Amino acid sequence: IDLEQYPTGPHIASRMLYTAENSFGDVSDKVVADFGCGCGTLGLAAGLLGAQHVIGLDIDDQSLEIASINADDLELDMNFVQCDIKNFRWRDQIVDNVIMNPPFGTRKKGADMDFLSVALKVASQAVYSLHKTTTRDHVKRTALRDYNASSAEILCELRFDVPCLYKFHKRKEVDIAVDLWRFVPQNSQVKRL
Amino acid sequence: RENEQRARKRKMRLLTHNMLSSNIKGVANGFPLRIEVEKVVEKQVDFNADFLKNMFAKIEWKALVDASRSMGYSELPGDANPAMLDSDDFLQKFHHALLELHLEEGALVCPETGRKFPVNKGIPNMLLHEDEV
Repeated sequence: IDLEQYPTGPHIASRMLYTAENSFGDVSDKVVADFGCGCGTLGLAAGLLGAQHVIGLDIDDQSLEIASINADDLELDMNFVQCDIKNFRWRDQIVDNVIMNPPFGTRKKGADMDFLSVALKVASQAVYSLHKTTTRDHVKRTALRDYNASSAEILCELRFDVPCLYKFHKRKEVDIAVDLWRFVPQNSQVKRL
Repeated sequence: RENEQRARKRKMRLLTHNMLSSNIKGVANGFPLRIEVEKVVEKQVDFNADFLKNMFAKIEWKALVDASRSMGYSELPGDANPAMLDSDDFLQKFHHALLELHLEEGALVCPETGRKFPVNKGIPNMLLHEDEV
């Protein structure tokens, strides 16, 4: 419960990855990292779209086990690392793009912003991320002012169906509006649109 | 039995190793991690010269050489420069070391503290203990 794991539905994963690849060429032949990969949905979708090397990061044993099985089933080579994103140390900017569906921060406030902060340090070209529409202004301001983003664009708005997984959900089913963002870090090597 | 065969495909490439650093509190330079090998697997992957040329500038060469040697592959030159990218022979070796050598079981060792991060079924566990954060 502490980890607040909501699986990324296939419609959201396809939308994110197809947009990243068809509009920006950010997937095929790239090194892609999936932060908080869970069952590996986003990373595997990147692999299917031709990413050269995909690394999934997650803190949870069980998720990584499932993600590994999913990768085997799809016959995709995906590397996984078990770690806590917040204190994980990378060698800077060797990853081209980060794709992620971070925890929304309902239980632990600001969890998604922690992920975004790290993502913008790791990615050399772009970060694709989902954040609640209600936090839109906060996300944009923080990314540009505090996290070294040179641009922060909303690509589209999506609806995320979250079934009543946890006791703290008051209603039976919750429908969350999320924005799909594309951030570009400062000193990026890619030309912006 | 089928699960065993599937499990054998899980492994970590040296490209991933080239990005990982020890994140223990107080460690000044946790890169590169030393590799302790228990099980190495080789698996062929399609050759992509453009990808390799792009990666060359970002890779820590010495770390890759040392890592590949600890995995049993000694064909990489100790020093490399961009001019070598014109040689197909060099590119093939670079390709092999970076993408086709996989660590399945073993450990990644912090160069300063000696602390071992275990690698099981190809997944390194970089989670820190409370006193290391």
